[in-house]
Amino acid sequence: MMGNVTLLEFLSFGQPVEGHRPYPRFQLDKRAWQALVERLLAADWVLMAEWGEPDEVHLALRDEETGDVAVASHPCPEHRFFAVGHARPGAIRLERAIHDLWGLVPMGLEDRRPWLDHGRWPYRHPLARHRAARAEAPYHYAFLAAEGEGLHQIPVGPVHAGVIEPGHFRFHAQGEAVVRLEERLGYVHKGIEGLLRGTPMDQAARIVGRVSGDSTVAYALAFARAAEAATGCEVPPRAHWLRALMAEMERIANHVFDIGAICNDAAFTIMLSHMGVLREKILRANHAMFGHRLLMDVVVPGGVTRDLSDAGAEALRHMLYGFRKAFERAFTLYENTPSLSDRTLGTGIAHSSLVNRFGAGGFVGRASLRSHDARLAPGYPPYGKLGLTVPTFSEGDVNARVMVRFAEVRESLRMIAEILSDMPEGAPRTPLPQVAGEGLSMVESFRGEVLVWLRLAENGTVLACHPHDPSWFQWPLLEAAIEGNIVADFPICNKSFNCSYSGHDL
Amino acid sequence: MIPPISKILFHHLVNGPHTMSDRLVPDPDGTEELARTLGEMVREKLGRSLSIREVDAGSCNGCELEIHAVNSPVYDLERFGIRFVASPRHADVLLVTGPVTANMAEALQRTYDATPAPKWVVAMGDCAKDGGCFAGSYAVVGGVSAVVPVDLHIPGCPPSPRQILTSLLALLDSVDHAKP
Repeated sequence: MMGNVTLLEFLSFGQPVEGHRPYPRFQLDKRAWQALVERLLAADWVLMAEWGEPDEVHLALRDEETGDVAVASHPCPEHRFFAVGHARPGAIRLERAIHDLWGLVPMGLEDRRPWLDHGRWPYRHPLARHRAARAEAPYHYAFLAAEGEGLHQIPVGPVHAGVIEPGHFRFHAQGEAVVRLEERLGYVHKGIEGLLRGTPMDQAARIVGRVSGDSTVAYALAFARAAEAATGCEVPPRAHWLRALMAEMERIANHVFDIGAICNDAAFTIMLSHMGVLREKILRANHAMFGHRLLMDVVVPGGVTRDLSDAGAEALRHMLYGFRKAFERAFTLYENTPSLSDRTLGTGIAHSSLVNRFGAGGFVGRASLRSHDARLAPGYPPYGKLGLTVPTFSEGDVNARVMVRFAEVRESLRMIAEILSDMPEGAPRTPLPQVAGEGLSMVESFRGEVLVWLRLAENGTVLACHPHDPSWFQWPLLEAAIEGNIVADFPICNKSFNCSYSGHDL
Repeated sequence: MIPPISKILFHHLVNGPHTMSDRLVPDPDGTEELARTLGEMVREKLGRSLSIREVDAGSCNGCELEIHAVNSPVYDLERFGIRFVASPRHADVLLVTGPVTANMAEALQRTYDATPAPKWVVAMGDCAKDGGCFAGSYAVVGGVSAVVPVDLHIPGCPPSPRQILTSLLALLDSVDHAKP
């Protein structure tokens, strides 16, 4: 043990990188990187994201105690690096993806199966300096085995029965009980990081806003904040408030629909109908206020493209009054339907030890006592003025994840009322300075913490950009949560996690 | 205590359904007319049923959200006899979203093959036309037509529920003579 070394003290052994804002970035040599990986076994620093570049691997970390955030980079021209995955299980899939995309070999990683690469791309290691020849045939994926008497496998997907995104689930079941679930993802890998390289800023903002369509505000905001950090752009105060308004509208729309869909998976369809109506109210208000139902392309680097009129604010206030009443009716219904509680209580428990090991955020984390919220730590305006409280529950079951959503919708409704009354006047947008630099930002989407890292050239071209979805650390927990439950409860568990496929596959 | 569900059901019984209640009077947008024609055409040509199987071939999930909206009580697609089914074997129409990723191309092809004829393919969203903002990536093979023949394209990013309704009408128009 090296005593109580903080993250920044530890990383200061490395070489600080100029122009990385607002958090520092340090380059570590092989020895220091290895020391960091070993340190991660003991330290409670949170791994936020890990990604690659052709000759370098990056790790975004947060020190829970001091609140410091930093990026540790390890230049590895020989294309090998010590794997973080054996210290932090959440990094295993990230490092498998790093190997698939950049050809960097995570040394010491036990699971070396390809993750995003299904053997169907025109070449292997598409983002590496030298791409490798294509696979001869699509890979056969060796699922982890489960052995025992009477075990059978159930393959599901990639095309699912409902209107949802594609992914493959392999169940090993004994009778009705799930012995093991293994996910295979990567079906919607669109090569976004490759597309972002060398793209003009506005085009890049458009693409990042479509990493996961349900979190478009969060992604666009994270991208904008990273670009603003990189260029040292000071956003007008009104833009912060408008962005927060949009982010909370997005959160409400997603949460209410999730609540409906979870209940629908327990065959309680009236809730889906009720919530579908509520969701539509939000989307129509979005369209009336900002010109897009999902608010795509409204948040841009430098501010927002549309301002809110006084009449718009008044109409929204009026709408939300009725919304709140209908929402509380739904809550009463949820609370007083025993047949529904029977399905949600005690189902799909994600243990808080696992949640903490993987660093899962959002409703998955909060339902298991992990309260981290990027709006508070490290925090960004205007949430400091809104007095945000983050609900947590300890049960970790489907019901707890539903309750987190109910509580968060209430909190968002309250904050929107404050935003509408306290929003400062002024311009909603400012031009972005033409400065080269690197930026990092974290934004709380409805699912959890979205992270965007980017490097800009002086003319505003994006040289490299990595968007990280909270689902990376939630998908593995679904595998654990479903174990021992019955197969028929998988849909309700899956929906209560509502992980993103597109955001994860990138 | 009166059970909450009874209160909600009573509320709807008294106040009527949510379904496009603001548009029940003829309006300049022609939504009501559209709804009526759509219903009649489906009845006439497909015996009051059109089954749609949705396939996400690489979308960002934005289009799926608007498909959910079309199924909500506000738009209530099912009152026209159009419904989403769980298997391609039960489908008349494949509604495909997203740029087709290399990893999904075979799954899309196999879903198409599993759909009994006569069948139509509707490509939904700007990405489904030509890959949209994801065109040119190593992991994207292109629009939906790069893998399966497309009968109709619904533009938009994502298309609004209204556009989806209008486009399904256009599809029914174009299949006038194709289906017995």
